[in-house]
Amino acid sequence: MSDVAVEVEQLARRYGRRWALVDVTFRVPTATVMMVTGRNGAGKSTLFRVLATAIRPDRGRATVGGFDVVHEREDVRKQTALLAHQNYLYESLSARENLDVVADHLRIGRDGIAGVLEQVGLAARANDVISTFSAGMRKRLSFARVLLQEPKIVLLDEPYGALDPPGFDLVDEVIRALKARGATILMTTHQIERSAQLADLTLMLEDGRVVGPAAGRPLSGPLDRGRAARETAAEPAAPQESVC
Amino acid sequence: MEMPRVSTSRTPYVLLALGVACLLTGSYFGLFVAPAEEYMGNVQRIMYVHVPTAWNWMLSVLFAFGCAVVFLFKNDMNWDARLEAGLEVGALMAFLLCCQGAIWAKPTWGVWWDWDPRLTSTAVLLFSLLGIVALRHFVDDPVKRAIWSAVATIVASIDLPIVYMSVKWWNSLHQQQSTPQTVSSQFHLPLRVNAFGVLFLMIGFLMLRSRIAAMRLQHELAAPPVLTGEEAGELA
Amino acid sequence: MLTAALRKELLLQWRSRSQMMAVFVFGAAALLLFSFAIGPNTEALRTFSAGFLWLGLLLSSTLTLAESFHAEMENRALEGLLLLPSNPHALYYGKAIANWLQLAVLGVALVPVMVVLYDAGTTQLLNLLLIIVLGTAGLSAPGTLYAAMTAQLKAKQMILPLLLFPLIVPALLASVKATSFAILGDPMGQATSWIVLLLAFDLIYWSLCGVLFRLVVEE
Repeated sequence: MSDVAVEVEQLARRYGRRWALVDVTFRVPTATVMMVTGRNGAGKSTLFRVLATAIRPDRGRATVGGFDVVHEREDVRKQTALLAHQNYLYESLSARENLDVVADHLRIGRDGIAGVLEQVGLAARANDVISTFSAGMRKRLSFARVLLQEPKIVLLDEPYGALDPPGFDLVDEVIRALKARGATILMTTHQIERSAQLADLTLMLEDGRVVGPAAGRPLSGPLDRGRAARETAAEPAAPQESVC
Repeated sequence: MEMPRVSTSRTPYVLLALGVACLLTGSYFGLFVAPAEEYMGNVQRIMYVHVPTAWNWMLSVLFAFGCAVVFLFKNDMNWDARLEAGLEVGALMAFLLCCQGAIWAKPTWGVWWDWDPRLTSTAVLLFSLLGIVALRHFVDDPVKRAIWSAVATIVASIDLPIVYMSVKWWNSLHQQQSTPQTVSSQFHLPLRVNAFGVLFLMIGFLMLRSRIAAMRLQHELAAPPVLTGEEAGELA
Repeated sequence: MLTAALRKELLLQWRSRSQMMAVFVFGAAALLLFSFAIGPNTEALRTFSAGFLWLGLLLSSTLTLAESFHAEMENRALEGLLLLPSNPHALYYGKAIANWLQLAVLGVALVPVMVVLYDAGTTQLLNLLLIIVLGTAGLSAPGTLYAAMTAQLKAKQMILPLLLFPLIVPALLASVKATSFAILGDPMGQATSWIVLLLAFDLIYWSLCGVLFRLVVEE
């Protein structure tokens, strides 16, 4: 596999009159963890949806795993998994059944499901219908869904959202495990300090544009983790302000 | 994704004027000069607008279908603007046809509607087109709206011949007499003149309506704000 | 891939089987209302029984078709499947077949109601079954396509019938005519041509809508 997992060039995407992403350019090397920060509405989720090929960009180009997100969507999807805001689950099915559906559509056997449920701590509730699940449990199941896909490139949109402290630890574990397997991970987060421990790179978005030290320069190597943590921690109280 | 362009040519106005002129001429001939038909008398004169409307209506449906197909292949929003025009003009003409059919049927058969296969298919397609126009009103995202109306237009257009055939069979046991079709040569001139009249009017309407649609699309799809060198420097 | 999609659909339908009961009651109530609209004229009721059956089925279909995408849109599950990746054609056909099955079962369930209310008995049960199978297929194919579209809108209840009803006129005509012949007798053997029309309609729309589905669910 080449050494650049994600390459984005002048990406732009609008919703009606509003541009959610403008002139976004960056590069993520393989087997690294990139943390994407920014206030609510900065365009982080939109960026991830474009990279996952859920939506098309209006301008610019992006390649994920070496494949173009517009013209080679199938190939991108085969290697990529997205943990989105919507959990992609069926309310009337149980946790296990939801994963069965995923496994069947991926054409992999159903044997891995028990293990994955164990990993996310839902083994005891495997046969419960998810309409009875709390938000945190649904998040865990969404993680299970991602793990089942065994992706090379993982896009985690607010992985810590709705989870309790043991859940946070689970997320860190999962990220480390994925990284150990050589996966490339992009995550959006407001948990800056926590994520800075895991991240190799950082990217900040504001009003759809890349801002901060990475602006105007494609990232071509690991940043000083300490500096990244200091810089993003020094960002004027953005996470707190963004409570809406 | 091609952005919509708004033209400013005077052509549609010229066409509208021509169309009105032709219609006035043709209708004069049709109403006052041409002889009354043998069996139906003066009522038959409605044919001078009805047949031209029918011909042009079929053209407008073909046009809408064409716009839908081209849009799906080329992803050019200009074709969506034209499709929007085609849908509304098509619906308008279908409505006119149904009215004309009713006006003809009442004095002839004593009923407002005689289930003639062609008119009935027109009525069905009228509802289809109105449905698609309604759909467009409920979708906010312009691109999604364009794709969905193109899909719905293709489905509805392909349905038209099937609807026609099925209504024809359905009505065949009860077929009384259909709306005026056969025309002998005395009646040709007003018919042709009116046909062109309606054609020019229709094209004029299509062009103007496309323009309006394109203007609205331009408003909905803003171009990206350009980053000047200074701004880029500030952010870095 | 199609089996995976179909399995999921059937499981989802099984889970929501209580809704099926409600739709059946709706259909039966519609048939009852039609009879009140006509009056206790047994001859007229029998003559138009086929029409009432299919109208009742059509009205019920707007409920089941709209509902079939509810589960997909709640948590954007359909998008989740597309991103796995899944073949959109398989997803369409899985959904359309499941909807077809549901409508066919409903149709069969409404037949006894029709027989009782309109004195519309028939011995041509196999024939009737064939017509119900083909007719509901004609409703399901475009219905699934349009339900996928309208499920993404706020005014979904209103728009689906508006789009679907004009479209399925040929299928409605053919189904009603063929059913009518099955109930009232077919001295000139015309039912076959209607069944052929129905079959043609089904073939055209099952292929066309399968092709167009991807455009409607991908962004």
